[in-house]
Amino acid sequence: MVRIEGLAKSYGSTPALRGVSFEVPRGQVVGFLGPNGAGKSTTMKILAGYLAPTSGAAYVGGIDVAADRVATRRMLGYLPENNPLYEEMMVLEFLEFVSEVRRLPKEGRSGRIKNAVERCGLTTVMGKDIGQLSKGFRQRVGLAQAILHDPDLLLLDEPTSGLDPNQIAEIRELIKQLGKEKTVILSTHILPEVQSTCGRVLIINDGKLVADDAPERLAHGEGGTVSVVLASRLGSSLEPAQVQSVLERVPGVTSVQAAQGEGAGTLGFTLRYGTEDPRRELFEAAVRSELALLEVRRQHVSLEETFRRLTAGEAAPRASDPKPQPTA
Amino acid sequence: MISLFVARRELRTFFNSPIAYIVLGGFLLVAGWMFFSTLFLGGQASLRGFFALAPVLFVVFAPAVTMRSVAEERKSGTLELLLSMPLRDWEVVVGKFLGALGMVAIGLVFTLPYAFSVAALAAPGVSFDWGSAAAGYLGLLLLASSFLSMGLWASALSRNQIVGFIIGLLLCFAFYFVDKFAVLLPESLGEVLEFLSVDYHFENIARGVLDTRDLLFYVTLTAAGLLLTSRQLAAVRQ
Ligand SMILES: Nc1ncnc2c1ncn2[C@@H]1O[C@H](COP(=O)(O)OP(=O)(O)OP(=O)(O)O)[C@@H](O)[C@H]1O
Ligand SMILES: [Mg+2]
Repeated sequence: MVRIEGLAKSYGSTPALRGVSFEVPRGQVVGFLGPNGAGKSTTMKILAGYLAPTSGAAYVGGIDVAADRVATRRMLGYLPENNPLYEEMMVLEFLEFVSEVRRLPKEGRSGRIKNAVERCGLTTVMGKDIGQLSKGFRQRVGLAQAILHDPDLLLLDEPTSGLDPNQIAEIRELIKQLGKEKTVILSTHILPEVQSTCGRVLIINDGKLVADDAPERLAHGEGGTVSVVLASRLGSSLEPAQVQSVLERVPGVTSVQAAQGEGAGTLGFTLRYGTEDPRRELFEAAVRSELALLEVRRQHVSLEETFRRLTAGEAAPRASDPKPQPTA
Repeated sequence: MISLFVARRELRTFFNSPIAYIVLGGFLLVAGWMFFSTLFLGGQASLRGFFALAPVLFVVFAPAVTMRSVAEERKSGTLELLLSMPLRDWEVVVGKFLGALGMVAIGLVFTLPYAFSVAALAAPGVSFDWGSAAAGYLGLLLLASSFLSMGLWASALSRNQIVGFIIGLLLCFAFYFVDKFAVLLPESLGEVLEFLSVDYHFENIARGVLDTRDLLFYVTLTAAGLLLTSRQLAAVRQ
C-alpha cells in the first residue's frame, strides 16, 4: 500500500529526512515513533502529497506521489499534525465541503457523512462552529474528515495528542476498528498506544529509520525488571544493606536498586535481570533469609527503554539542528 | 467544476468574518459618495464620476478582499488540509479567485441601487445612458479580475494577511498609476505605459467600445496573476 524509497527532505539547508526506506503492506497498522524533530511529520506530509521530497520517492497504492498527487490523495485520508480545521465552519458544513472536493457521488454523500459522524461520535455537535468545539471534538472532526471517503490508507499524525484519558481510549478503539480493514500509519509519542494498537513499529531518529519490528519484539529479549517489597518474617527490623546483598546473590539478577517500600518495617527494591526470569530463585532466597515477599512485580524491558536506547544521544544537540551553518 | 466548491467555501468564510463587512461597508460608502458627488457637485445625472474614480477604489478594495485568502490558510495550517484533498494547485487557485470575484460582484450588485437612483434623478427629457452604465460595470469586473489575481498572489507570498494586503495594494496601484505621467514622456514610451495601465483599458471599455485588445489585456493580466499564485503554492509545498 505504501512504499518509500530513499526518501530525503531538506528544509532549506536543514536536513529533516536522510534517506528513509520502508514498505507497508495493505491492512497493516504501523506506529511511527521518534523524538521531536525526527522527521515523522515530514514523512507524513510527503506521503499525503503536500510536501515534495528533495530526493527519493514515495508510492501510495503503487502510484508515485510526485507523479500523480491527485490520484494518491484520493486513496488516503490524512489527519495533519495539530489538526488544522476551518474554524468558522459548522461541523456539518465542513464535512459537506470535504465530501464535495473529494467528489463523493451525490447520492452517497449524506450516507458517508452519517457513517463518519457516527463512528467519530459527532452526532451532537453537527450544528456547532468548529472553532467552538473542545479539543477532543475537534480531533474527532479531523478524524471524520479523514475517513469520510472510506480510504484504504489512513495517515494520522499524533491523533491522540492533547486528549484526556477517556478520549484517548475512545480514539484508540476507533483506530483499532479502522485498522481491521485499512492500512493505518500513525505517529505518536505515547508508547503504550503503539503497543495497544499497532502491529508494527517504525522508529525514526534524526531523519533515519533506526528500528522496524513488531512492538512485542522490540520490547522483549532484553530482560526486564522485578520490583519487590520485603518484610522480615520474624518481625524484626531489616538492615537494607544486608537485604540488598541477599538479593544481589540471587541467580539471574544483574543489579539491585533501592526503591520505595510500603511503610514501616518494609523495604522496596528494583532488580534488573538479563535473559533469565529470576523470580523462582528469588522466592527461595527470600525464604532462606527469613524474608517475606509482600509484592513481586515483573516488567519486561519496555518499548520505552528500547526507544530511549535507539534514539539516545542524538536526541541531545544535533549537528544539523542549531544555528544555520554558514554556507560556502 | 471542483473549483466552484472551493469558491463557495471562500464566499461563506468571507461573510463569516467581521472584516468582510467592514471592507464591504467601506466600499459601499465610498462608492456611494462617488455616485452622488457628480450629481450634487456637477448637477449631472450620469455615472461618469463614479466610473472615473472606481479604479482607485478597486486598488484598495480588491487586495482587501483577497488578503486573507491564502495567507490565512497558510497561517492556520488549513492549506495542508486543503491540499491533502484530491485537488490540483490551480483548481484551488481558480476556486479562490472565483470566490473573490464573487465577493466583488456582490459589492457591485449593492451599488446598483445607487445607479438606479442617479438614473431616476436624471432631468426630464435627458435620457440616462444605460448602455455605457452596463459597459462600465463590465469593465469594472474585468479590472477587478486582474486586481484580484494580483492580490491573490500577494496573499500567497506570506502567512501574514497585512503583508498580503500591502503588497497587493502596491501592485494594483502600480498598474493603475503606470500611465499617469505618460504625457510627460516621449510618445512611444508613453504608449507602452498606457498599454500597461489598467485604467487606460478600463476607460476604453467604459466609453462603450469593446475592443478585443482591452479584453485580452485583462485576461492576460488575470491569467498571469493566477499562474504566479499556482507557482507560489507549489513553492510553499517545497
Ligand atoms: N516548515 C519547516 N521549515 C523548516 N524546518 C522544518 C519545517 N518543518 C519541519 N522542520 C524541521 O524538520 C525536522 C523534522 O521535523 P518534523 O516535523 O518532521 O519532526 P517530527 O518527527 O514530526 O517531530 P514532532 O515529534 O515534534 O512532531 C525538524 O528538525 C524540524 O525543525
Ligand atoms: Mg510531528
